[in-house]
Amino acid sequence: MDRSVLEGDPHAVLEAMAIAGYAIGASKGYIYVRAEYPIAVERLKIAIGQAREYGLLGEDIFGTGFNFDIDIRLGAGAFVCGEETALLTSIEGNRGEPRNKPPFPANKGLFQKPTIINNVETLANIPQIIMKGADWFSSMGTEDSKGTKVFALGGAINNTGLVEIPLGTTLRHIIYDIGGGIPNGRKFKAVQTGGPSGGCIPAQFLDTPIDYANLTRIGAMMGSGGMIVTDDSTCMVDFARFFLDFTVDESCGKCTPCRIGTRRLLELLNKITDGRGEPEDLDKLEELCYYIKANALCALGQTAPNPVLSTLKYFRDEYEAHVYEKRCPAGVCKNLMHYEIQPDVCRGCTACARKCPVGAISGTVKQPHTIDVNKCIKCGACIETCRFNAIVKK
Amino acid sequence: MEMINMTINGQAVQVPANYTILQAAESVGIRIPTLCYLKDVNAIGACRMCVVEVEKARSNPVACLQQVAEGMVVRTNTPALRNARKTTLELMLSNHRMDCLGCSRSTNCELQSLAQEYGCDNHKFEFGEPLKPDIDDSAIHLVRDNSKCILCRRCVAVCKHNQHCSVIGPNQRGFKTHIASAFEMDLDETACVNCGQCIAVCPTGALTEKDDTKKVWAALADPTKHVVVGPAPSVRVQLGEEFGMPIGTNVEGKMIAALRRLGFDRVFDVDNAADITIMEEGTEFIDRVKNGGKLPLITSCSPGWIKFCETYYPDFLENLSTCRSPQGMFGAMVKTYYAEKAGIDPKDIVVVSIMPCTAKKFEAARDELSTNGLRTIDVSLTTRELGKMIREAGIKFTELPDETCDPFLGMASGAGHIFGATGGVMEAALRTVYEILEGKPLENLDIHAVRGTDAIKEATVHVAGMDVNVAVTSGLENASKLLDMVRSGEKNYHFIEVMACPGGCVNGGGQPHQPGYVRNFTDLRAVRAAGLYGEDANMELRKSHENPEVKELYETFLGAPGSHKAHELLHTHYQVRPMYRD
Ligand code: SF4
Ligand code: SF4
Ligand code: SF4
Ligand code: SF4
Ligand code: SF4
Ligand code: SF4
Ligand code: FES
Repeated sequence: MDRSVLEGDPHAVLEAMAIAGYAIGASKGYIYVRAEYPIAVERLKIAIGQAREYGLLGEDIFGTGFNFDIDIRLGAGAFVCGEETALLTSIEGNRGEPRNKPPFPANKGLFQKPTIINNVETLANIPQIIMKGADWFSSMGTEDSKGTKVFALGGAINNTGLVEIPLGTTLRHIIYDIGGGIPNGRKFKAVQTGGPSGGCIPAQFLDTPIDYANLTRIGAMMGSGGMIVTDDSTCMVDFARFFLDFTVDESCGKCTPCRIGTRRLLELLNKITDGRGEPEDLDKLEELCYYIKANALCALGQTAPNPVLSTLKYFRDEYEAHVYEKRCPAGVCKNLMHYEIQPDVCRGCTACARKCPVGAISGTVKQPHTIDVNKCIKCGACIETCRFNAIVKK
Repeated sequence: MEMINMTINGQAVQVPANYTILQAAESVGIRIPTLCYLKDVNAIGACRMCVVEVEKARSNPVACLQQVAEGMVVRTNTPALRNARKTTLELMLSNHRMDCLGCSRSTNCELQSLAQEYGCDNHKFEFGEPLKPDIDDSAIHLVRDNSKCILCRRCVAVCKHNQHCSVIGPNQRGFKTHIASAFEMDLDETACVNCGQCIAVCPTGALTEKDDTKKVWAALADPTKHVVVGPAPSVRVQLGEEFGMPIGTNVEGKMIAALRRLGFDRVFDVDNAADITIMEEGTEFIDRVKNGGKLPLITSCSPGWIKFCETYYPDFLENLSTCRSPQGMFGAMVKTYYAEKAGIDPKDIVVVSIMPCTAKKFEAARDELSTNGLRTIDVSLTTRELGKMIREAGIKFTELPDETCDPFLGMASGAGHIFGATGGVMEAALRTVYEILEGKPLENLDIHAVRGTDAIKEATVHVAGMDVNVAVTSGLENASKLLDMVRSGEKNYHFIEVMACPGGCVNGGGQPHQPGYVRNFTDLRAVRAAGLYGEDANMELRKSHENPEVKELYETFLGAPGSHKAHELLHTHYQVRPMYRD
């Protein structure tokens, strides 16, 4: 989303920064952008050059005596550098690691100087609001959440991409009307909002208006505006594990709760999805989640357990099935499922047996085939091959 | 000072407005556990041990960083907090090679004592394979075992901020984070100056000096060897800490007794060599002043400082005094003067020094300090290693009688003793230089302007019709600031004392460990230095040039200070060291 603004309308951001600088009396602004977005960087450079040429940046802007210039700083793409203090530390030339708050950036920010730091999407709204007035902006959205918000819609949905909606829109509207619903006639299961540290929202909240307060109340968040839709083929334990795997990898490693805590969480989830889960693990998991939320130094750690907590809250039955019945209801967790050929459906066409990379399928032509579960590596090739849908995951 | 009123655990408290919650709690006798925080060194809020509850706050702040405020209501000891801290410890233990039985920090380890206090379940989160040792023992002075590191980063901070070296830091991120040098270089390949401050601040057994006690035990057990020992000035006011005695207690007599009982053939005193150092350095200073030599003269007693100068400020090498450090002089005198007097072949003598210092291990191995092809210091031990040997030998230290050193190189003046504190060398030198130049006794021997723990201390002393500007600093960050000012011409001095360790050798890298909760509220540098100044004040003999043994040494062996022979045996030279290896 931010990338598309930087690529599509960098001047909106530059203008907003100059306005912000004017408002707080700053003469210098920095744009921190990932080096992996070369087009955004290139266009920003061009835009800054143009703005300087037109006297929109630089010395004595519009003869007001106000000086403001903008520098670009490239980040190496660490997720944690989205955390404001880590971002500042990185701009200062240090390892991108968050600092304790307080002091807040507004008091001691970049190079220990008072700093305001805003996200690209926020800034891009500023020129519009100043031109069209606050009333215009407030006319969209809800009582507490004004304006619009861009979401990056993805996952099990027909229309993927960026969607901008007035706050207060329901999930149902976004997913079914804008997103065109779930492909392959599958059933909606949940949507993960707010990126890897957000939470998942189950079907029961499809009609809840999306705003900041509601998302927080149901255990999710607005965050980066990511919105990943899942259908009933998703295992929610595995889904949580997937996001946690990401945050564990992106933890900066400064504080104990996040550095070791999230890793232990991930190991617990691995244990559960591997079918080694023990009854007390669910309590341990929950306890550790709340501990990390309350004790981690920065937002990355404080929110990392959200996918686990929200899935535990709304899909506890799936966790329990993994732990108590050693079963993955969605048939995703490899250790907890096997492939089976239904004898009454199999026509004995031999297609699957020829496809199997490890020779796990045996049977004679026109006779029902069978899978040797000890040999099978669960690659799924047979299920794709079978034209009669005779093979099922169990 | 502005004061505020607050409540801690229901107790009304009035504290200065700039206090942290940690300080405020301490002032009313409440200890909040800390691991990463260390006063004057590290304040990054990383370990999360010191979390507290503050009424109306959005989340639990860390007491080590959170400033107090009027009306603040703090709780430090709720079940939830205790549980959180316990979990923090248990997570650390889950990634720690718990090897307490043989660990050199056992009973003196901040992690161990907190784990014990909180009744931790050591294996609660241990899901993976047990950790294996993860060791860097490339350097001559220390061993890093990252399998015992809790990533508090106290070592990183002291190396970067207090010592201005920055040769270690966190590498990789998340769970893979570990402390190492850039590009995973061995410590030995970096511009580490061996000061050992990283060891001194480490709360666990992840950093230890390289243990050289085995070499000493072997020498002591070898009947063909004549084993001679000498402790440095600051050791006597610290060794007691190894045996639970109050910080700063002077245990000189017991220390000497213990060394004898360990089986050393001669117990000398490096403080005697400190007096010799003053004779040589004082003479060098007078010579440089009189004959237009390179000024300011900068002291050379601290090998951490010397290596720092060689590496980071090579343009000051000519300013360095050519005098060997007291350790260097001690070794040379034992293997020449004493060997001659005692009629022992220097090849059969093993010289052991007891030092506050890990950089002395590096210094002892310098080729330029060898005499007649022999190493002059065979083994350099830290105060901690000596404590360990005494314990291992079953010597009941606190019950020992007071004894005195053996003759020839065993007598020291008060000036020699105060070498251990920042400013001590300068004060000792001024006492002697003044009397030599003025030809009359100095009336007040206490030169307070150069004492104390200020970062940079300056004084102007009137000697022989001349204003001598002196400066004293300790800690390499402070030394850098001072040298930058000298380099830019902003400051002009005749004589500068630099000690690598903040506060001087009393806070050396080889000194007994004091836990964070002591260091955060006690200025170790000041308390330990007070022990040395106390000893000096109580002495008759307070000037190096009046030390009868030193006089005899010059009369019967060296000739005059600065003589050819003195130069050969007591002086040295330096080399530029590259900051980066190819
Ligand atoms: S919560 Fe995670 S990312 Fe944030 S400071 Fe701690 S270790 Fe770093
Ligand atoms: S899942 Fe793969 S390995 Fe298993 S039977 Fe089918 S094709 Fe063979
Ligand atoms: S560092 Fe501390 S906890 Fe670890 S093995 Fe040594 S004594 Fe035990
Ligand atoms: S010995 Fe000194 S210079 Fe070397 S790593 Fe430790 S603190 Fe840094
Ligand atoms: S080596 Fe010691 S001081 Fe350094 S981070 Fe590890 S535990 Fe802390
Ligand atoms: S100040 Fe003392 S302990 Fe520190 S490096 Fe110098 S001589 Fe060694
Ligand atoms: S966070 Fe306060 S001591 Fe580590």
